[in-house]
Amino acid sequence: MDITHQDYQVQYDEAAATVRCSGSFRLHGDEYKPVLDLLGLAADAKPATLTLDVRELQFLNSSGINTLSKFILQVRKHNVSQVVVQGSARFPWQEKSLKNLQRLLPALQLDIV
Amino acid sequence: MAQTFGDFVALLEGDGEYLKIGFHPSSIPLQQRWRNNGLSADFLADYLSTFFPGEDLASAERQSQIKDAVGYIANELLENCMKYSHASRQHLVSIEMFLEPGAITLYTSNGIAPARIEPFQKFIQRLLTEDIDALYTEQLERNAEADADDGGSASGMGFLTMLSDYGVKIAWSFSTPSQPGNEVAVTTMVRMPL
Repeated sequence: MDITHQDYQVQYDEAAATVRCSGSFRLHGDEYKPVLDLLGLAADAKPATLTLDVRELQFLNSSGINTLSKFILQVRKHNVSQVVVQGSARFPWQEKSLKNLQRLLPALQLDIV
Repeated sequence: MAQTFGDFVALLEGDGEYLKIGFHPSSIPLQQRWRNNGLSADFLADYLSTFFPGEDLASAERQSQIKDAVGYIANELLENCMKYSHASRQHLVSIEMFLEPGAITLYTSNGIAPARIEPFQKFIQRLLTEDIDALYTEQLERNAEADADDGGSASGMGFLTMLSDYGVKIAWSFSTPSQPGNEVAVTTMVRMPL
């Protein structure tokens, strides 16, 4: 189950319980709905470990931060999955902003390499 | 007289180097305007990085940090202009970037709908007086729990991430219309120390 756009891509690898986001998210309003739906599908599968891989995500606007936050809160609500967020130090925004997801889910594991 | 919030500094030509982009918010469809936000923000960030040549590893890292920050902040400011600018023809949307030895300052200006002035100013007061980390978490939870997904259009997350993650100062100036019925323009200043 994938979303492929010229500016961004989202892949849900169900077997690996991993969602990979890449490209630039500069969407507005309900343009994020398909992305949120796909993230929700991954959360609702309730795997023991759920990985969000954003190592190739160059840009995320504040509406995108909202979208990822909704996903994290959905996982928190189910209260069964350990969330691992994989980021990259190549994109400075990731070190600045991804840690904020831990405010919503303190047990979230953040791996920035 | 303008009404200002926060430590608003009006820079003028002569206060360092600057770049200004102006466009009419209603001249092209929203989808295209939205794309222009990214193009304009990336242009400002790319242009600025020429002043910070990444000749060694440390300066390359600094260039990358500055470029990333300006790209994010300019994009958020322009998105706000597009979302909130009043659809009259009295005010252009503009973005300016001033480069001084110790700071980069971005300004955006747009007309604002009369009904939005008071709620916006109330939110500004919260941004200026409350604990940003607590407000940030509160807004994230509130936006995430909201039934309607409006992409956070009323969320204020753009300003909150700038304050929380980028260490900037933000201030606002609201123009006072010279005649009744004239539109109020709001100028937003974001100052990033170097």
